[in-house]
Amino acid sequence: MTIFLNKDSKVIVQGITGGEGSKHTARMLAAGTQVVGGVNARKAGTTVLHTDADGNAVQLPVFASVAEAIEQTGADVSIAFVPPAFTKDAVIEAIDAEIPLLVIITEGVPVQDSAEFWAYAKEKGDTTRIIGPNCPGIISPGESLVGITPANITGKGPIGLVSKSGTLTYQMMYELRDLGFSTAIGIGGDPIIGTTHIDALAAFEADPETKAIVMIGEIGGDAEERAADFIKANVTKPVVGYVAGFTAPEGKTMGHAGAIVSGSAGTAQAKKEALEAAGVKVGKTPSETAALLREVYAAL
Amino acid sequence: MDLYEYQARDLFEQYGVPVLPGIVADTAEEVRAAAEKLGGVVVVKAQVKTGGRGKAGGVKVAKNPDEAFEAAQAILGLDIKGHVVKRVMVAGGARIAQEFYFSVLLDRANRSYLSLTSVEGGMEIEQLAVEKPEALARIEVDPIAGIDAAKAREIAVAANFPAELVDKVADVFVKLYEVYKGEDATLVEVNPLILDEDGNVIALDGKVTLDENAEFRHAGHALLEDKDAADPLEAKAKALELNYVKLDGEVGIIGNGAGLVMSTLDVVAYAGENHGGVKPANFLDIGGGASAEVMANGLGIILGDPQVKSVFVNVFGGITACDQVAKGIVGALAELGSTANKPLVVRLDGNNVVEGRRILEEAAHPLVTLAENMDQGADKAAELANAA
Repeated sequence: MTIFLNKDSKVIVQGITGGEGSKHTARMLAAGTQVVGGVNARKAGTTVLHTDADGNAVQLPVFASVAEAIEQTGADVSIAFVPPAFTKDAVIEAIDAEIPLLVIITEGVPVQDSAEFWAYAKEKGDTTRIIGPNCPGIISPGESLVGITPANITGKGPIGLVSKSGTLTYQMMYELRDLGFSTAIGIGGDPIIGTTHIDALAAFEADPETKAIVMIGEIGGDAEERAADFIKANVTKPVVGYVAGFTAPEGKTMGHAGAIVSGSAGTAQAKKEALEAAGVKVGKTPSETAALLREVYAAL
Repeated sequence: MDLYEYQARDLFEQYGVPVLPGIVADTAEEVRAAAEKLGGVVVVKAQVKTGGRGKAGGVKVAKNPDEAFEAAQAILGLDIKGHVVKRVMVAGGARIAQEFYFSVLLDRANRSYLSLTSVEGGMEIEQLAVEKPEALARIEVDPIAGIDAAKAREIAVAANFPAELVDKVADVFVKLYEVYKGEDATLVEVNPLILDEDGNVIALDGKVTLDENAEFRHAGHALLEDKDAADPLEAKAKALELNYVKLDGEVGIIGNGAGLVMSTLDVVAYAGENHGGVKPANFLDIGGGASAEVMANGLGIILGDPQVKSVFVNVFGGITACDQVAKGIVGALAELGSTANKPLVVRLDGNNVVEGRRILEEAAHPLVTLAENMDQGADKAAELANAA
């Protein structure tokens, strides 16, 4: 099994006619994702031409709204490639349409916008699972890709992966390409995100085909510390961890808006210690983390 | 982006938050003139983006313009935790009856906003939170509803303000929230918020952090940037829209994706432990889908850093194509010619890796070494930096 996303997921793309939306629609289709249409109010009623995984031409319909797209296609997943200034409205539209899963790739969303759409999602009864913003999305190798992760790094396997970072997700999938993954989720590096490490850990724990879990964190905030508490209390499967940013100086934002050490809070060392106290083996480098995962997996 | 106190004061004033008059000055002469203009007792305050400036001698009360002049001479040039004072604010004096604390900030853990309020101000808030947590009212602020008059009164009551002060401070809380909301801040803090002897509530010192992602809807925010204080290489990188942070070491780093670059810094620092203690010289993320031009710009910045002894390019091509990275390296080296005189270690994996490696092998530039993987590349780059 996979978590959150599988081969039957029907996916629409908010911003399907834009540069990024168009490029990644093509890549998702090539990866086998069932992309069933897109949303752009100004181009509603038109279609966009793409090629599916079998090389056949497909005309994807463009709808005026997420609600209409769901009604016409039965879509249950949306992915947003919408510029930062319009992301909040796109997310609220998807929440109003009660799409079960929404992946927000957009980087550079003002954090107050994220705080507002998160509050709105809760107010509306939490019917939409949000992944992101500023994330690479989610891939269940061999089944479906909703995001920008390269689909050909590795295939299906017993490992679950949750990460704040996109390229570290790719790096770790590459390190463990011989084992493969049930699902790999990039939750994003912004200060406010939808799906957290904890949500993904809970889902991997419940998924019978995931045998071991890799969790990748980075400096900033205390999400890793809270994940450590959760693992201690709720996760029986082996978890290995990696935290990026041991050498990051205080007060400098390292690329991700959320990756900043402020005072004693948010350091990689504190996160590593919290994870180790919860029984999680933490690697110093991606390769060492992969080696630790092999060890715990071999011992199963 | 953190603002200076005087910038926060100006924003507060725009939103109707009561503040004292303040004049910014860069020389002792300007301070004297400012003190003359304000009249009476003034306070000369170092403008630095760090706490503890009072203890460091960065805040002085002056009874007249001559004293203000002397205070400025003592404060300008002072080093406060590595921040050299280049500018002061001359503020009107206040007759303080009571000091309070108020802030509203982003609460990452709860994906919401949080207000912190105390009737015991003037103290460092971290210290208060540890020593007297019961004196600090922590009230969640809904990001949609915000702080309206009713919410502000709830906060004031929770913080144990005396009944006769509740409406007065609540009015200020509402306005401070308007600053937070209206300017896309992630922090608005007033410490101390005071009651003066005439019964006025005044924001005496403010800290504001603005969200750089929201700059597109605040034309004025770019003007608040501290261009002089930025490292020249950081300024140049910013102009090229590169995500670059200058660090202290010898190994220049280029990679794609914030997480991978952060990880590369760590791996290089560990490798440096075996090679004379060399460290990363910078953080540089060329981002997803970088072109040959972006790669070349990045390399130009790093080779322009005199501290750099070797460079490690670590790319895992997801969207980024390795052949573009390789072309960027070859192109940049050709353009720089003999001014490129530092060894480069290049690790490529992922999207179009075969073509990327082929381009570099074919170019066979004497400065370029190809690495098999991240660990080996970091080790080689550290070794070369140590040998240089």
